[in-house]
Amino acid sequence: MNLSVLLWGIPQAMRAMSKLYPAYAARLRERNLVAQFRLRDVPEGRWIELRDGKIKSRAGLHAAPDLTIHFKNREIAEGFLTPPFDMLERIDAAKNFKIGFDGPDDLAVWFMQTLTRLETVTWKAGTDMGNGVTRYTNGTNSGPIFVYVKDGKIIRTTPIDFDDSDAASWSIKARGQTFKPSRRTTVATHGLCLKSMVYSKNRILHPMKRVDFDPDGERNIQNRGKSKFVRISWDEALDIVSKEIKRAKAVGPGAVCVANGSHHQWGNLGHYMSAFNRFWNLIGVTKLVHTPDSWEGWFWGAMHHWGNSLRLGCPEFYGTVEDCLKEAEMIVFWSSDPDATYGFEGTERREWAKKLGIKMVHIDPYLNHTAAHLGGKWISPKPGTDPAMAQAICHVWITEGLYDKTFIEGRTTGFDEWKAYILGETDGIGKTPEWQESETGVPARDVRALAREWGSKKTYLGAGGWGVGLGGAGRSPMGAQWARMMTILGAMQGYGRPGSNFGNLQFGAPLDFNFYFPGYGEGSFSGELTTSANSANNYQRMPHIVTMSSVRQAIPRMWFPEAITQGKAMGYLTDVSSIQGQFFPFGYPSPGHVRVQMLYKYGSSSLGTQVGSNRWIQAYQHESLKFVVNQSVWWEGETPFADIVLPACTVFERWDIGEWYNVGAGYVHHMYSMNNHRVIALQHKAIEPLGESKSDYDIFLAIAEKLDLGAVYSEGGTSEYDWCKRVFDSSDLAKRTSWREFLKKGYYVVAPDPESARAPTANRWFYEGRKKDTPEPYPLPSEYVAGLGKGLQTPSGKFEFVASTLKRIDDPDRPPLNQYMPVYEDGKREPQLAEFPLQLLSPHSRYPFHLMGDDEGCSVRDIREHRVLKDGHYYLVARINREDAAARGIRDDDLIRLWNNRGSVVCAAQITDRLRPGVVSASTASAEYRPAGEPGKSTDLGGCINMLNPSKAIARKTHGIRPNTTLIQIEKWTGVDTWQPRAEIA
Amino acid sequence: MSKKWNLIVDVERCDNCRGCFIAVKDEYAGNDFPGYSAPQPAQGHNWLEIKRHERGSYPLVDAHFQPVMCNHCDDAPCMKAARDGAVKKRDDGIVIIDPVKAKGQKQIVEACPYGAVSWNEDLQLPQHWTFDAHLLDAGWTKTRAEQACPTDAFRTVKLEDVEMQRLAASEGLEVERAELGTRPRVYYKNRHLMTHCFVGGTVVQRVGGIEECAAGATVVLRQAGREVGRATTDTFGEFKIDRLPPGSGRYDLEVSGAAGRASASFELGGTSPYLGVLTLA
Repeated sequence: MNLSVLLWGIPQAMRAMSKLYPAYAARLRERNLVAQFRLRDVPEGRWIELRDGKIKSRAGLHAAPDLTIHFKNREIAEGFLTPPFDMLERIDAAKNFKIGFDGPDDLAVWFMQTLTRLETVTWKAGTDMGNGVTRYTNGTNSGPIFVYVKDGKIIRTTPIDFDDSDAASWSIKARGQTFKPSRRTTVATHGLCLKSMVYSKNRILHPMKRVDFDPDGERNIQNRGKSKFVRISWDEALDIVSKEIKRAKAVGPGAVCVANGSHHQWGNLGHYMSAFNRFWNLIGVTKLVHTPDSWEGWFWGAMHHWGNSLRLGCPEFYGTVEDCLKEAEMIVFWSSDPDATYGFEGTERREWAKKLGIKMVHIDPYLNHTAAHLGGKWISPKPGTDPAMAQAICHVWITEGLYDKTFIEGRTTGFDEWKAYILGETDGIGKTPEWQESETGVPARDVRALAREWGSKKTYLGAGGWGVGLGGAGRSPMGAQWARMMTILGAMQGYGRPGSNFGNLQFGAPLDFNFYFPGYGEGSFSGELTTSANSANNYQRMPHIVTMSSVRQAIPRMWFPEAITQGKAMGYLTDVSSIQGQFFPFGYPSPGHVRVQMLYKYGSSSLGTQVGSNRWIQAYQHESLKFVVNQSVWWEGETPFADIVLPACTVFERWDIGEWYNVGAGYVHHMYSMNNHRVIALQHKAIEPLGESKSDYDIFLAIAEKLDLGAVYSEGGTSEYDWCKRVFDSSDLAKRTSWREFLKKGYYVVAPDPESARAPTANRWFYEGRKKDTPEPYPLPSEYVAGLGKGLQTPSGKFEFVASTLKRIDDPDRPPLNQYMPVYEDGKREPQLAEFPLQLLSPHSRYPFHLMGDDEGCSVRDIREHRVLKDGHYYLVARINREDAAARGIRDDDLIRLWNNRGSVVCAAQITDRLRPGVVSASTASAEYRPAGEPGKSTDLGGCINMLNPSKAIARKTHGIRPNTTLIQIEKWTGVDTWQPRAEIA
Repeated sequence: MSKKWNLIVDVERCDNCRGCFIAVKDEYAGNDFPGYSAPQPAQGHNWLEIKRHERGSYPLVDAHFQPVMCNHCDDAPCMKAARDGAVKKRDDGIVIIDPVKAKGQKQIVEACPYGAVSWNEDLQLPQHWTFDAHLLDAGWTKTRAEQACPTDAFRTVKLEDVEMQRLAASEGLEVERAELGTRPRVYYKNRHLMTHCFVGGTVVQRVGGIEECAAGATVVLRQAGREVGRATTDTFGEFKIDRLPPGSGRYDLEVSGAAGRASASFELGGTSPYLGVLTLA
């Protein structure tokens, strides 16, 4: 289209839209300016003046425009401005300087967003339900929901019941029965409680400053966590934060440190993988490297036997729901409680298995929620000792010939050495059921009965929370040994054989695994290509400008406190591209970089989530940490340790988009197979942000504008609303529905593959010695030794009973042959622990999602299995065996103190027979920290159980946590705090 | 006769996920439904609560959960206690505590034998779960609790009373504390899991000097010589005989298997006994 016509059309369109849409007219009243479009090579253009909402425009050049957008030449200008816009062309023009602007950064962003609004102002979102109620949709960390809004206020949120226009569901025929999943989204409490979180008394509604923090004077670092806060304006807050970023950057590379939690509110845009990463890549920062903290034993241990590095050591899962229901005779749930933490999509499938008469065995020191619901045999080993029990199972299988000899012969290496170890030929100790009894406390007869049943019946091993790995026993000092044993048990029963595989029906629903929609792990518009899975699909699918931090400094998150207080920290990378990726050490500080000067904390509370978290308080009060920002939605335990607090809004107050449990390629590819349906939800901005809160994106954009980075950050004024459309356009969704329809209805159910075209069963190709045929692009082509798709990722291409990759690193805690080494906390071996007789399990909570849902104003706090209200305060529940409670005179709901040398926490007792004697269980992740005295040096009434857990690594040459056998003592809380921290026994 | 609302809750299907509990809070907290209910406080009011009940002792334990709420009794004690018609019974069976007329009437809270009425201190108002009457009146067919329940523990049904009685009889449904004569409209399936006991044990045998689980042994439970229960031990030698009335006196248990016999006697109190290891000889 002709340039002069295009330019003439812009003010015409602005006038028309401001007449039709009051919102657009209001937008035009926000700023007064003269903006000019012009060509660089010839003096041609047009200017537009906005004055109190009125538009004036002329062809030609203005003498003193506030903002000039310039194009290299006419061809480029016409290409850029002619609809429909080609984003690849537009980005090419921007990043190759074919277009540019002169003028203030914030003005450029505002003007370009105003142009974009010409289209978006016409969009209509949500479904009119009558009586002034609009029904929107949103996504949560537990699944998509409907959001009912009236008069600008959320009145309710519900799970989604599908309608007849949504895609049909799959069905599975097994043993004469047909099973079809319920047509709805099932959502756990932390996804159902969000209205109470939006309107929580605990929301941060204004920027705040610590009263005794003066950026130009006395900073009173030692008072972090103690002093009160005062409300300040956004202008003042942004001014302080942007100046401090500049001040730190002037000290040297790496002086700005940023920290995010492991999760965020759901959505591809607001996630730390996107909005956060994009911004900090433009600043250049020291990041905290997370441990593979839900995987630990799988990552540092199991991976060495079979590869699967891109799944962090966990196995694939395709087709296992169908195979299990059709073939399996037993499911062994080993440290596996899917009903606790992963919603309820798999619950229905497990009920089908029960209906089919598939036997269930649950191995867990706690009769967990899944076990209590399904029933079956409960076996409760002493925490940490599970590998001994697993080895005794091997002993029975070997001595009684109950293992898959053909598989061992053709698909594995090292079995003879393993067999010799199990039989005691190498160390003189036969790993018999009687041998394990003294370690685990599990009767030898139970182990024999289980081993015989397992060895003679087709069995699914549900190992860890997902059944295909994760959590539980894998997060203990014995976690690597345990996860390694799980792979070995699977191998001895020929995993991949019909009815013999990994899983607990939580993963592997027969969905469409080829329909593309990006997961949050792909980083959305972050432009980050190295620490996200962006480059796998998203970067090609959704053209956007690449970003990259030039700072080569990182801190292992487990030892962030030591990095600050001691100036040094050493860790190992979580590099998943190969097995040996985890052998790479990294250290802080990096060559040529400087020590951290400021910390920018993004959501969540480390005091509730990080092991040995009293250490974090020491770091916060350390003189070297000159400045701390906390950007959060809610006031949580860690918030008062900041100098400036910035109020972020919830995902109900901004735009986002995402698919249920889709994290994308990267670490849990096809994670949505946990669900019975693939559901993609637009995350409508249902209400305006509360108070002065802003979306994370808009906060970063506001800071970016102070640093002349706004136009780069927002890629020329792209808003979150616009990004939603770009994500939609990048996906296969755009081929199946229209944007306007999706905007209205808010969700889309992806049809499953027809039965004839379902993904093959996991590991069957390996069992049968065929080329890999499951739809995951793992391992990377360079990792195969024998050829693409041939064999496993291990050096031998086979399952390795003796892990040859562990021969390449000398880690005494991880010998190539998985010997039983009792390294759980033990008062007999470590006399300094003798005064602490009880073992602490600290699983993830069932009701909040990590911290989310534990907010002080949240409805979840009324759940008696989560917290108990006493004297006006909600105390975290600690579960205690009846005998242990009786010995201490403790009754239900009594306030009790759990302590060791690292921490002391007051909880409310819940007496139970569901725990083996000697074991206490209290969930990690408290949003609240409430010290009885001096922060970091007194008892916590808030429930930060992680204060009790050690900060030592799971194995010497790793960066991984090891809670779940922590020794503690408990007593009735007297109300008088005399506890003092003693030197950490790491 | 007109159709009336009833709620059926299956205790066996409830796994204490607390979806219903949170959904009820979500519906009422901060929302005013004139004629039905005043806003529920943000925290501290549990109009629907879930009772937790463990049976047995380590290591043979089970756990059950029962959602409890206003029973919408046909002979409601709260109605009798209310002044000025502050509590009314609708033609469709639903009991409504009038959020205006009931102001200040704390005796309505005290009158409920189920403890299902909460006192709103700020509003000086007795409050209860209204059966989501405002939603049912607007065309909803399920209560929020049912809609949010992932294990289908709830059924919201509109039936004539005779049909409901027939359904209750055929499915063995019970109400809470039927002896009070309040005639609740909330019915429970598998309520015995909350009210009755089991007896359990582990049967073993010696094989070549080694202790093994005794699978397939027959367990017979007798009271005064009369057989009252029977079970077969599983792979792990475990058995469980359920539905024993608490406090029902002395029982004799006999186990017989290939390796011999074993017996035990116990006095059943209020809790479910685990008899420990019984060795066949």
